[in-house]
Amino acid sequence: MRLLFGSLFAFAIATIVGLGATYLALTRGAAFGALRIGAWTAWPKTGTSEADPYARANIARSGQLPIGLGDGVSFSAQTDDNGRFFDGRCDVILTGNTPTARFWTLTLYDTAGHLVANSVNRYGFSSQEIVRWADGSFEIVVAPRASAGNWLPTGGVERYLLTLRLYDTAVGVSTRAGKEVPMPLVKTMGCP
Amino acid sequence: MIRWLLLLFLGVLLGAIVHLITIMILPRTATQDAYLRLSPIAPINTVVPVPPPTPDRALMPFMDPAFAGAVCRYDLAQGPVKFSVPVSLAYTSVSFYTRNDIAFYAINDRAAGRRNIELDLMTTAQRADLPDEEDVTAADRLIVESPTTTGLIVIRALAPEPGLMPMARATIAAAQCRLRSGSNASR
Repeated sequence: MRLLFGSLFAFAIATIVGLGATYLALTRGAAFGALRIGAWTAWPKTGTSEADPYARANIARSGQLPIGLGDGVSFSAQTDDNGRFFDGRCDVILTGNTPTARFWTLTLYDTAGHLVANSVNRYGFSSQEIVRWADGSFEIVVAPRASAGNWLPTGGVERYLLTLRLYDTAVGVSTRAGKEVPMPLVKTMGCP
Repeated sequence: MIRWLLLLFLGVLLGAIVHLITIMILPRTATQDAYLRLSPIAPINTVVPVPPPTPDRALMPFMDPAFAGAVCRYDLAQGPVKFSVPVSLAYTSVSFYTRNDIAFYAINDRAAGRRNIELDLMTTAQRADLPDEEDVTAADRLIVESPTTTGLIVIRALAPEPGLMPMARATIAAAQCRLRSGSNASR
C-alpha cells in the first residue's frame, strides 16, 4: 500500500513538473541565446540551423517562420522600459535610434501575432517612412488617438507587442548588448 | 519523511525527463506549423504568392506587412531544384526552411551581388553525385544543400512605403522554382 501511494505521488509530481515546464516554456517563448537590450529581446540563433529544441518547439507550435539570420534579426517588446505591459489605451513613446541596418520595420501585433485593425490601415513603419530629427533619431507615438508626427495606432486593444525587424544588419549571434547596439527607449506617457 | 523527500526528488527527476521528451517530440506532432499552413496554397516546386496579412486573416502569425512574399514548397525527391529571382529596388531576400520550419540558409540581394539571385538547391547526396566537370562550372554558381528532402523557399521583397507594394509584388512574381533540367530523374 505504501509503495502504491508512494509511486502515485511520484508520478503526480512528474506530470505536474514535466507538463507544467513544457507549457511555461511554450507560452513564455523560452529559448537559449536571448539578446536583451532595454525592453527589446531577440533570439538571433532561432533563425539558424543551430536553433535549440525550445526554439524548434516554439516555431512548430506558433506556426510562424522565423526570420533567417542571413536576412535579418527580429526584436520584440511587450513592456516599456519600466516593465509595464503595453496597454492600447495608453500613449507609448519610442525615441532614439536603431542598430545599423539597411532597412528596418516596426510592426504592432496583438498577443497572438495578428495585425490590429485601425481606422487608417497602418500596421507599422519602415525606416524609409519615418520622420526624423536632424541627428537621425526619431520619435514614434504608439497611441489609440491620432497624433502629430509618426503615429502608430493601437486600435485600443488591451495588450499588444511591438516587433522591430532589422534587415541586412551586423547584429547577430555574437552581438552583446552595449553601446554599439542602440535600441529605441520605450516610455508609457499617459493613460486616460 | 526521508522516504517522501526521496519520492519528491524522484518525481521531479521524472518530470524533467517528461518535459525534455515533450519538447523534443513537439515539432514532429505539430499540425499547425508554417509548412502545413502553406501546403494548401503551394503546389510542389512552384512559386506562389503568399497573401498579405490583414487584421482578419493571415496565413501565419507575425508576418511583416511591409513585405511582399512568395513561397516555393520544394521536393528534391525527383532531383535538384533551380531557383531564381530578380532583385527589387529596395530589398529582396530568399530564405530556405527545412520541413520543420528551421531557417538553414538565407541570402539577400546585396550578399548575392547580382541583378538576379540564382541558386541550385539539392540534398547532400545529390551534390556528391554531381559530375566532376559540372562541379567546376558550379564554382560561380551558388549551391545550397538542404538537410531535408522537402521544405520551403520563401522570397520576400520590401515595399519601403505602401505605394511601392506593386513594385515589390512584381519582383516576386518573376521568381522561378523548378526541377533542374537534364538532372537524373531516376534518382
